[in-house]
Amino acid sequence: MELLVAIIIGVLVTSGVYLCLRARTFPVVMGLTLLSYGVNVFLFSMGGLKMDEVAVVGMSENPTDPLPQALVLTAIVIGFAMTAFLVVLALRSQGEHYTDHVDGRDDVPGRQDEGGEA
Amino acid sequence: MSHWIIAPVLIPCLAGLLLLLEVRERHRLRRFTGLLSCAALLAVSVVLVNQAWDGAYTVYKLGNWEAPFGIVLVLDRFSALMVLLTAVLAFPALVYASCGDDRKGANFHGLFQFQLMGINGAFLTGDLFNLFVFFEVLLIASYGLALHGRGPARVKAGLHYVVLNLVGSGLFLIALGLIYGTTGTLNMADVAVKAQSLPVGDTTLFSVALLLLWVVFGLKAALFPLYFWLPATYANATPAVAALFAIMTKVGIYAMVRVMALIVAPIPPIGQQALWWLGLITLGLACLGALGAKRLGTAVAYLVVMSVGTLIAAFSAGYGAALAPALYYLVHSTLICGALFLLAGLVARGRGEVGDRLVAGPAILGGGRLSLLFFVGAIAVIGLPPLSGFIGKVGLLRTVPEPIYWLLLLVAGLCGVIALSRAGSTLFWRTTGESAGLRPSRRRLFAVLWLLALSPAMALWGEAGLQWAEAVADQLRQPHGYVQAVLGGGAQ
Repeated sequence: MELLVAIIIGVLVTSGVYLCLRARTFPVVMGLTLLSYGVNVFLFSMGGLKMDEVAVVGMSENPTDPLPQALVLTAIVIGFAMTAFLVVLALRSQGEHYTDHVDGRDDVPGRQDEGGEA
Repeated sequence: MSHWIIAPVLIPCLAGLLLLLEVRERHRLRRFTGLLSCAALLAVSVVLVNQAWDGAYTVYKLGNWEAPFGIVLVLDRFSALMVLLTAVLAFPALVYASCGDDRKGANFHGLFQFQLMGINGAFLTGDLFNLFVFFEVLLIASYGLALHGRGPARVKAGLHYVVLNLVGSGLFLIALGLIYGTTGTLNMADVAVKAQSLPVGDTTLFSVALLLLWVVFGLKAALFPLYFWLPATYANATPAVAALFAIMTKVGIYAMVRVMALIVAPIPPIGQQALWWLGLITLGLACLGALGAKRLGTAVAYLVVMSVGTLIAAFSAGYGAALAPALYYLVHSTLICGALFLLAGLVARGRGEVGDRLVAGPAILGGGRLSLLFFVGAIAVIGLPPLSGFIGKVGLLRTVPEPIYWLLLLVAGLCGVIALSRAGSTLFWRTTGESAGLRPSRRRLFAVLWLLALSPAMALWGEAGLQWAEAVADQLRQPHGYVQAVLGGGAQ
């Protein structure tokens, strides 16, 4: 069980980081989403993984830790809102620059650095 | 139990909600609500500083849950000082914005209030996860504010800022997960206690968590190699927003110092050496950035980065005596950088289309007054006598006796002189004709003056200021008191 979760987190974070490093906004958004999934599963597993146990103290012999579930819920909500914002921002960036490159520049080689001085 | 401590979070929250309700076209009402909230914050933060000054901790249990189980807000001298600093900075920034910049986009005032709520919350909370939540509140408001006013350059800088901070949030959560996994708590005081008696196998994981926290706070504070987002974002933001953002890097520094003083101090240091070197590198690179800046706003943004490098190196140098002058310098640099951002906005308005680019351009209407203000601001921020920057820098030089720190700090002063005198002479003297720009209005000048006047004031009452800083530092050096106040006497 631990190994499976560890592999899942690893795969999610690896793909997330890889996609974040792409130069187009859409892969970056996907990458951030995957990254936050990986982080959420990680956070969730930090209370210890237990099968078939409820997260309520007193309902079973060996209850699972309820706190990471509360934490992860908060993290999911925040991550969701941030992703929604990022999607809107990416659309606006495309509208302003007529390209989905993260630096807002065109694909044509030699026509770089027109975004103005930083 | 005194309830004042929650007011710095609740006032901007309520004001922000009200501002969301108000009819879009009623600008006067919106401005009035925003300014009223800022004035109330100013009053409340004075009350809080007064309350914290005798050295007692105020612990506020949200929902009345006992400390390690519920979330607590903790007021000590450090957090009270930072809340006061935020209020002092926010009021003139909002006055400046209310002169017209707030109408360039929707919901400026609401976002401004939520930003204040996030900043104040981050200063007051005593819980690591709650710190994360307040970071997110201030970040999402800052995304909106950074983009306020449109323009392709702003959108590009904003996109980078948002993506970087989202990755930062992910790392923050991983760090929190590790801390919870190893210590079983997220209450800062409780973590501090548990960190001293970790099982052997968990110490490495805990160190990893703290190192990740340094990365996250370093990103917020704009520490090398994570500062590249800052100059673009700050220089492209609306002046009032950039001025408010001057406190945002200090939120990162605050969190870093808090964790350092509370959790790391009693255990063997983790990553402090790295922070020291990174601070020095930040300081050095910011000098180059300031010299190479093509706009006044960019130059000021690099001055912010410079102050961050100075402060982080001082805080992580391991000299307890450096704490007080570093705190003094923190307050000074926040206020002066805020003032310079507002001033850069005024200069850009006065020059019309040329903006704040450092090229010969039309003369500035009302340039005499502006150049005088610029002169005062430049002297203060560089750290020349007789203003407050000098006192802060001398204090730092006296308490951090490292040759490389001396060298870099003095070189930074020199670079600041060169960069700002070049900028000033280009902006005010190399003029090509009559301006089509706008004369600075009284209210905008008042906002700049408010912030600039604090530098001579801090210099005049320098002795008292340093004593205050020493009192704050004194409390920071005794994490035991904090732990006891939060967990009660029986915890240790």
